[in-house]
Amino acid sequence: MSRRYDSRTTIFSPEGRLYQVEYAQEAISLAGTAIGILAKDGVVLACEKKFTSKLLDDDGSAEKLYALNDNMIAAVAGMTADASILVNHARYAAQKYLKTYNEQMPCEMLIKRVCDIKQGYTQHGGLRPFGVSFLYAGYDDKYQFQLFTSNPSGNYSGWRATSIGANNSAAQTLLKKDYKDDLSLEEACQLAVKVLLKTMDSQNLNGEKLEFATLSLNKAESAPESTGNEATRGPATDEVTHRIWREQEIDELIKKLGVLDEKKEEE
Amino acid sequence: MADCSFGITGKDFVLLASDQSAGRSIIKMKSDENKIRTLSPGLALAFGGEPGEFTSLGKRRLMGGTSNELAKRGGESDMIKRDTNNFVDYVERNLRLYQIRNNTELLPAPASAFIRKELANSIRSRSPYAVNLLLGGYDKVHSEAHLYSIDLYGTKAILPYAAQGLGIYVALSTMDKYWYPDITRDEAVELLKKCVAEVKLRLAYQFTFNAIVIDKEGVKNLPL
Repeated sequence: MSRRYDSRTTIFSPEGRLYQVEYAQEAISLAGTAIGILAKDGVVLACEKKFTSKLLDDDGSAEKLYALNDNMIAAVAGMTADASILVNHARYAAQKYLKTYNEQMPCEMLIKRVCDIKQGYTQHGGLRPFGVSFLYAGYDDKYQFQLFTSNPSGNYSGWRATSIGANNSAAQTLLKKDYKDDLSLEEACQLAVKVLLKTMDSQNLNGEKLEFATLSLNKAESAPESTGNEATRGPATDEVTHRIWREQEIDELIKKLGVLDEKKEEE
Repeated sequence: MADCSFGITGKDFVLLASDQSAGRSIIKMKSDENKIRTLSPGLALAFGGEPGEFTSLGKRRLMGGTSNELAKRGGESDMIKRDTNNFVDYVERNLRLYQIRNNTELLPAPASAFIRKELANSIRSRSPYAVNLLLGGYDKVHSEAHLYSIDLYGTKAILPYAAQGLGIYVALSTMDKYWYPDITRDEAVELLKKCVAEVKLRLAYQFTFNAIVIDKEGVKNLPL
């Protein structure tokens, strides 16, 4: 039955559904889990690495985490090749905004830009939609730290903690249970590991199977030295920093948490 | 056309003043033209142009057009007039569009960057705008007042006080002497009056001025 309506992205089925978009979302729910947690002093994104092999020449770079600009990072669930196209668009838009307005693009504006591209493929025919969901972690002056998700339909929404990809409903249940309003970034990282451990199939968790990135503020220590011109003198501004963790750092976090030991004791 | 505009900042306010003359070459045709435009609740600019640049750029463009186009366009001064107002209209509408699209007002700093970029692109185009402007704004997020001087080449300067047009020859020294970082509003108004008086005393050209003050409450007219 559905065959008649799912071959094109732009045709509604009689039930009012867009099958290609739903299939894209289906594809994403098979991809590795990614979770994001908003803390009071930062945001953490954590992903499960699906493909690990001893033979894979790993240069240490993340495959599912991208820096979009100086104050935003994104995690991907779905087809990484599709994601790279959208990430390219996002980076270009962010730099263009920076060039025009001499300030970083507000987070929601950038996300909306990416979502408008995604939406285009659900309406203008012939092509398949982007098979990607994103988790965005960002900071801007107006709304401080933010966490968003977007999906292939071109919808986006803001969250305090959420997950995309495989087992995302299980992860969200766990997050709902354990999320507290005034988490510190460190606590948020610990929560992320705990949730990933429970949602992932594998028994032992290590840096090889995870990707971690955090976004936080580097507090400005003191006002910059006076340049002599009174008008250019401004208050010291905090610097947004984002960091994609190295394997070793993830291992240390897991060890510090002792989640693996707990698990063994339970057994 | 001879222009003259001033801007003075204090901790939480900016004053902008501009002459009100419009005309061509040494002839004044109007002395009640408003050359200050409010762009948004916390942002306004005073605009004018360099007379020499106006004519040379206008001529170059006229020479490029067909005779038919020339007739349609009318006089050279007409085009000059359209130049400055056109550009300010364009900026005003674009800032409004940004506000509608993003549901947030552009702060003075990004707005100044936008205007500077538009002028920098314009000077590299076939028909450049010839507009000098003083942009004053109150930044509600950081609670600061800012003054920017932007010229037709796309040079932007952040300044505590500034003059543009003929005023630079006679009023900058006055501002230099009396301005200080914590200047109060009353003192700044007095300083502005001193500058206007200096213009009346020293320049052969007869100017009338209007002025505004921008602060956290918005843009208000300032009787001089």
